Amino acid sequence: MAGKPKLHYTKGRGKMESIRWLLAAAGVEFEEEFIETKEDLEKLRNDGSLLFQQVPMVEIDGMKMVQTRAILSYIAAKYNLYGKDLKERAWIDMYVEGTTDLMGMIMYLPFQPADTKEKNLALIIERVTTRYFPVYEKALKDHGHDYLVGNKLSWADIHLLEAILMAEECKPDILSAFPLLQAFKGRTSNIPTIKKFLQPGSQRKPPADEKFVAVVRKIFNI
Amino acid sequence: MSGKPKLYYFNARGRMESIRWLLAAAGVEFEECFLETKDDLTKLRKDGSLLFQQVPMVEIDGMKMVQSRAIGNYIAMKYNLYGKDLKERALIDMYVEAVIDLNELLMTHPFQPADKKEQHFATIVDKATNRYFPVYEKVLKDHGQDFLVGNQFSRADVQLLETLLMAEECKPDILAKFPLLQSFKARISNIPTVKKFLQPGSQRKPPLQEKDVPKLMKIFH
Repeated sequence: MAGKPKLHYTKGRGKMESIRWLLAAAGVEFEEEFIETKEDLEKLRNDGSLLFQQVPMVEIDGMKMVQTRAILSYIAAKYNLYGKDLKERAWIDMYVEGTTDLMGMIMYLPFQPADTKEKNLALIIERVTTRYFPVYEKALKDHGHDYLVGNKLSWADIHLLEAILMAEECKPDILSAFPLLQAFKGRTSNIPTIKKFLQPGSQRKPPADEKFVAVVRKIFNI
Repeated sequence: MSGKPKLYYFNARGRMESIRWLLAAAGVEFEECFLETKDDLTKLRKDGSLLFQQVPMVEIDGMKMVQSRAIGNYIAMKYNLYGKDLKERALIDMYVEAVIDLNELLMTHPFQPADKKEQHFATIVDKATNRYFPVYEKVLKDHGQDFLVGNQFSRADVQLLETLLMAEECKPDILAKFPLLQSFKARISNIPTVKKFLQPGSQRKPPLQEKDVPKLMKIFH
């Protein structure tokens, strides 16, 4: 038994990407088993490996964990990325839920009908720049620290960096009105474990392209 | 300042109901401030009270907490409804996340366009009886204990009961094939704090009526 966590998902970002980011940032090596066909998914289901018949699924510490947030919370707590007390956890949770909503919108964009794409992209950009980024910019401004919560690297920072990079893929100058987020991005990207994950050849996955969308639709019947 | 948590939401279940359940089950008294018009929501936004411009929002322990999961996590931890260690928390999280998924389906049912309603109902029943309920039935069968995790009352039990009751409102015999969920339902309903919440006059909200949907939509649009 390798002892390394083992991730079961398609070979793309989706809901697993935040888990890859968190493990990588925590310096935890992990293995991946990719679902490439419908049969692969059926096999996992028939094995009884998927508690609610869904992926992501992560084999970790003797458990077959499912449900993205459950997995992320476990990893964050295990590797001390969840704050030092209940109140810090509350703030981390609030910030992470915000970036989850933000990334969720971007994640579904390639799956929307072609004629709604432009409108949806405009809505995303509006939400990102008026609802979400201002909150994180202000948080950094108010306390003047390097990290969002408790003056220490946490899940909230890793998740925010992932969200920033995803938003920039949508609109490269999306951070133009947010100087502190720009500095945050530079700083956090330079943390050794994260820097490594951002380099070519890491387990980080590329944005979904049309080919990937077709594969996903086929495997999951959507 | 009363010191009691104060809930800001509509006078309806929505995403606040699970929080009401959790507080009630923990025996925590709370106050509510109901949003009735778009202006009420706008005012809260302008106040700077809503971190991401959204409700639910709960004033608790000096914080204006938003995001229903963050709020639920905080309450569960504070009132010892989150298991005794990391592994129990992992199980509770898995069970609760799945229940939230099923709740989403149930919650959005009144908002479905008329021509999609029947199919949506069929999806709810299919997912509840084939994907979700069998898991909880098996969990209870495998360990033979009264509660889902760690032989102790937790958030997972509260949220599962909430969902079982909501599912029954959709289809009264939906638990027909799940004897252990039926006895679970009776048992958890009898816990004094929960029993109190289930009585008329409590802060539990009724199911959304179709006639109330237009009013709610107006607040958002």
